[in-house]
Amino acid sequence: MKTKNIMIVGVGGQGTLLTSRILGGLTIQAGYDVKLSEVHGMAQRGGSVVTFVRYGDKVREPIVEEGQADVLIAFERLEALRYAHYLKKDGAIVVNDQRIDPMPVVIGAAKYPENIIENLEKSHRVYRVDAIEEAKKLGNSKVFNVIVLGMAAQHMDFKKEDWLTVIEQTVPAKTVELNKKAFEIGYDLHN
Amino acid sequence: MAEKVIMLGNEAFARGAYEAGCKVSSAYPGTPSTEISEYIVQYDEIYSEWAPNEKVALEVAIGASISGVRALSSMKHVGLNVASDPLFTVAYAGVTGGLVIIVADDPGLYSSQNEQDTRAVARAAKVPVLEPSDSHEAKEFVKFAFELSEKYDTPVIVRSTTRLSHSQGMVELNDRIEVEDKPYVRDFAKNVMMPSNAKGRHLVVESRDLALIKDGGSFPINKVEYNDKKIGIITSGIPYQYVKEALPEASVLKLGIVNPLPKSLIEEFASKVETLYIVEELDPIIEEQVKSWGIEAIGKDILTIQGEYSANLLRRAINGEKVVVAPAVQLPNRPPILCPGCPHRSVYSVLNKLKIHGAGDIGCYTLGAVAPLSVLDTTICMGASISSLHGMEKAKGKDFVKNWVAIIGDSTFMHTGINSLINMVYNKATGTVMILDNSTTGMTGHQDHSATGKTLKGEETYCVDMAALCKAVGVNHVYVVNAFDTKELEKVVKEATAMDEIAVIIAQAPCVLLDKTSIKTQYYVDISVCKKCGMCLKPGCPAITKQESGDIVINDTMCNGCGLCMTLCKFNSIKPVQTQ
Repeated sequence: MKTKNIMIVGVGGQGTLLTSRILGGLTIQAGYDVKLSEVHGMAQRGGSVVTFVRYGDKVREPIVEEGQADVLIAFERLEALRYAHYLKKDGAIVVNDQRIDPMPVVIGAAKYPENIIENLEKSHRVYRVDAIEEAKKLGNSKVFNVIVLGMAAQHMDFKKEDWLTVIEQTVPAKTVELNKKAFEIGYDLHN
Repeated sequence: MAEKVIMLGNEAFARGAYEAGCKVSSAYPGTPSTEISEYIVQYDEIYSEWAPNEKVALEVAIGASISGVRALSSMKHVGLNVASDPLFTVAYAGVTGGLVIIVADDPGLYSSQNEQDTRAVARAAKVPVLEPSDSHEAKEFVKFAFELSEKYDTPVIVRSTTRLSHSQGMVELNDRIEVEDKPYVRDFAKNVMMPSNAKGRHLVVESRDLALIKDGGSFPINKVEYNDKKIGIITSGIPYQYVKEALPEASVLKLGIVNPLPKSLIEEFASKVETLYIVEELDPIIEEQVKSWGIEAIGKDILTIQGEYSANLLRRAINGEKVVVAPAVQLPNRPPILCPGCPHRSVYSVLNKLKIHGAGDIGCYTLGAVAPLSVLDTTICMGASISSLHGMEKAKGKDFVKNWVAIIGDSTFMHTGINSLINMVYNKATGTVMILDNSTTGMTGHQDHSATGKTLKGEETYCVDMAALCKAVGVNHVYVVNAFDTKELEKVVKEATAMDEIAVIIAQAPCVLLDKTSIKTQYYVDISVCKKCGMCLKPGCPAITKQESGDIVINDTMCNGCGLCMTLCKFNSIKPVQTQ
């Protein structure tokens, strides 16, 4: 299989590492070669973070580059826009409709761009979800990232049952049911 | 068939040490090397610890090696500077049990204060360097490094980079080799590096280097891949992956040993290809040596000396391809910031109000240099806050530092800050030092240290009393303050900086990420009483934002409930959320 390129972008602390690990576990279970590239350290402290996941028959480079991503999973609107040019022409963006102001915006040194999603829709296939709202309905806003992942799952080559199995193996035992529910909500929201 | 699993580069390094029969590991955390120790701790067969700094860590490993077992020390590139004193001399003394040092460079400066190249340090120290290019090699090269170390009687550096250490890839597992301990034998000429002995050992080092240059070409960790001979590429480490991606048709010499260079292997490869490129991140270490042998090659003439490489970078530079570039939209950038609920923000809000300058140090609190806190004026290296403040006082007089403090974290203070504090007392300084004690090494992801009361293995141990320590070295005025008690902090900072005597203020509150279950209450803005004055926005907490309507809102997915905004609000409009 030709290498598939997935990017998970967001703001440090939003749980990009957890979602990439679920995805990584899945690709191995399916027997692919896989490489994942993560961000640790200072950049994780509320900064813009990006995780690359590449899987296929043989993966060399651990990073995804401009114009190569099949799916861009964005946990925040501005971050979706920041990395949109990494997508292939027919690539899909799954975006959590959340705004987190970066410090230059908070202190008034820059403006948060308007109509990000509407503008992205002009040139990309965009799938939007207010995952925090959906997660709150589940009683825990922190699982919003797994809802977004559930939506993105529709653009990848794995069966729903396999996703659920890997989630079971990856998340802490106490939160298995919650995370599985979150995944299913995202998966079913997609249309 | 051997079991295949996915591993982070750093996990694979740890696995390599395990499989190689390593028995002792000592390290100080530093991105991107930290997780090596955090994975090693899972192997009961290896004694592993956090040392207060990299010099101590390497010396612990040296002692273990002299006693006759395989030992490891791991650190980030700038950590090797701290450990360079033992490194340069253990290169002379050599080893008894194998001694391997894993050093992780940070091209692209994801989490570092400089972009130095460990290969340059290793060349100066005359220590061999191996460079793996994926997780599986990370494991295998560590094992080979231990063999090499014992065979050539030398410490061996395995060089990583952020991209290798923090990428996951497939690894084939093997069993641990049980290496028998060597008996300890006193060896005066080898292990006592006094001038007369070191003279003799220097000759040994030089002949070892020559032997490695000769033998290195046949090491199985090098790979020669002849394809189209129009283009030949010499590379190593992660850049090899970019080469294979961007130039699959080219001939490639992938070096596993990058110091000393296997000269004849390189000469042979160079003679068989038409145009030779050298693809190496950071400094032109391979390139300059190869060119000095009279071989024509293209390297930094077309490839950058800064940052990380990528396949696209090579496509552009070597193939002259036009690759998609980013659209020209100016987006607000998103630099790292202190977390919501971080105790450092509280301290900085007080210092900012008092218009205090900070001599800074290395840790999360370095982020106090940026707007809107803007307290720190300097950051150089671990421990430099205290010593540089002292230098300022000695240069400009004690009045100059009346509106300055040195700011250092607990882990950094125990790393090298304590030496600088002793120097201040000894040389009659009057400045003020603030230790921001969040009970952990925060930036690297929460590692214990000598003043947290826990070992790397999670065992209870003696916890250094930093206040008592400061008193013991001769500081008469030591204040211990709750980092969130802004009133008390303000009073104490004013008092300490006004004095003509040295003072230490220890501002305590655990890192908010350390124990999230301790968060009891979140806060909200009661807009019916909010005057929209913006006081609560001043410390730059990412959980509080001003809406376009002018209303101020606290984001309940981000608020960690520190209450700093509530104490800053003069109109009592920030209130705790009532939980059921």
